[in-house]
Amino acid sequence: MNLISIENLCVNYGAKTVLHGVDLKVDAGEIITIVGPNGSGKTSLLRAIIGATPLKEGKVTLKTGLKIGYVPQRLNFDSSLPMTVERFMNLSNNISKKECFNALEKAGAPDIFRNQISQLSGGQFQRVLLARAIMNKPDILLLDEATQGLDQPGSALFYKQIEEVRRDTNCAVLMISHDLHVVMSASDRVICLNGHVCCSGTPANVASDPEYKAMFGAETEGTLALYQHHHDHDHDYDHDYDHDHTDKKVKHSA
Amino acid sequence: MLDDFMTRAVLAGIGVALAAAPLGCFVVWRRMAYFGEATAHAAILGVAISLMLQISVFAGALMVALLMAWIVTLLSGKNYAMDTLLGVLAHSSLAFGLVFVSFLSGIRIDLMAYLFGDILAVSQNDLAIIWIGVILVLLLMYWRWSPLLISTLNEEMAYANGLKPKRDKMILTLSLAITVAVAIKVVGVLLIVAMLIIPAATARIFARTPEAMAIIAAIIGSLSAFCGLEAAYVFDTPAGPTIVCTAAVSFIIFNLMGYIYKKINSI
Repeated sequence: MNLISIENLCVNYGAKTVLHGVDLKVDAGEIITIVGPNGSGKTSLLRAIIGATPLKEGKVTLKTGLKIGYVPQRLNFDSSLPMTVERFMNLSNNISKKECFNALEKAGAPDIFRNQISQLSGGQFQRVLLARAIMNKPDILLLDEATQGLDQPGSALFYKQIEEVRRDTNCAVLMISHDLHVVMSASDRVICLNGHVCCSGTPANVASDPEYKAMFGAETEGTLALYQHHHDHDHDYDHDYDHDHTDKKVKHSA
Repeated sequence: MLDDFMTRAVLAGIGVALAAAPLGCFVVWRRMAYFGEATAHAAILGVAISLMLQISVFAGALMVALLMAWIVTLLSGKNYAMDTLLGVLAHSSLAFGLVFVSFLSGIRIDLMAYLFGDILAVSQNDLAIIWIGVILVLLLMYWRWSPLLISTLNEEMAYANGLKPKRDKMILTLSLAITVAVAIKVVGVLLIVAMLIIPAATARIFARTPEAMAIIAAIIGSLSAFCGLEAAYVFDTPAGPTIVCTAAVSFIIFNLMGYIYKKINSI
């Protein structure tokens, strides 16, 4: 049985349709990356999976007893909220000091145990978030642009850790990412989202897909997109969903 | 022992301080000060209605406070920024409450008692109601403490953990309304938010964990209630405002001490 099975998902935000006719199945141990321009419904898709957003249509089925580890982009950390790393790791999971230490050590940040969360560096912070998410041995990890704020080596290290987690625990990973080059090297499957699933498949397949090229620029061909993309092309967001990207003019490919 | 008005006042003050401590921490962390203000100001309308219908002031204040919280939630995220909306609702409900009270001819009402509290007039019956409310709030806070912390940090993280952030937020709002209702007698609608925020903000200086902050806030709040009452007795000043003054002075002193301590350590 699939860990997550999404059928004909439709999500509205007020009067605006953000997701439309999305089908997605996630199996155990898979690493799936969702790419797409801003406002393409990536975060809404994650929110629909965890039940944080009402569905207008369609169905999201989670395997019974599915354990989700969620790595947010950021926390609403107000400096008025005192919180040690140890206490943060302990929120909602009842774990011993030893387990907490081990989890942090595994995440590569063993010595920050007693630090205040608000004083961590970006890299340390992401490691703590990851350590907390994997502590309960989840069946699936959800990552919402978890490497935002990390530099290149930092995010490379972060994705390496995620692959290790997958290898050690056969945990599935569903992530939103803007680091296209990492996406291409680390994912089993890429979903290209823009209100609906434009294209999906192995990284190589998606990279050569005309819709993907239209979205991220033609120069990605062959090079697997070694750059952070810009959305300055003609791909207007109010388009009807039966479009054909190949017909559109792509400004920066000219 | 409860025959003495001073003992009753101290017990009422400490009760409110205990309930206000964990709740006040969330008000600070979630930046709900204005929301608390709106809820508290609406309570004066509740007081007016309960005097008119001759029902319990606690019940009336509680219901209108809840109603206000519900209206705020309903209207939030629509056309106005939250602080604008709360500014409109908080002050207009206060104004309407005051106007409403003036219609109640025939009943002599000491308006000041509801605006600034009348802690020295707390009866045994009031004391019982206050403590029932306090214990209820403390139980609710204890029960939803960690889930509320998680959803304060990140709502999606709470959902992914199988929690219900929306329901927990309603529980927080309910606790706030209960606290407002029982604190009217003690500090009055205008100063309730001070009792929520000042001890919590003072506790932040010493706390390394959320729990420590709540406990320290409870201690500071209780001491402020006790010392404030004593000071009010000695100097013959209004009790509610004196309690808040005491809390404010402790806020200033501890902040200065914290500042000096940091300076010395950094030399």
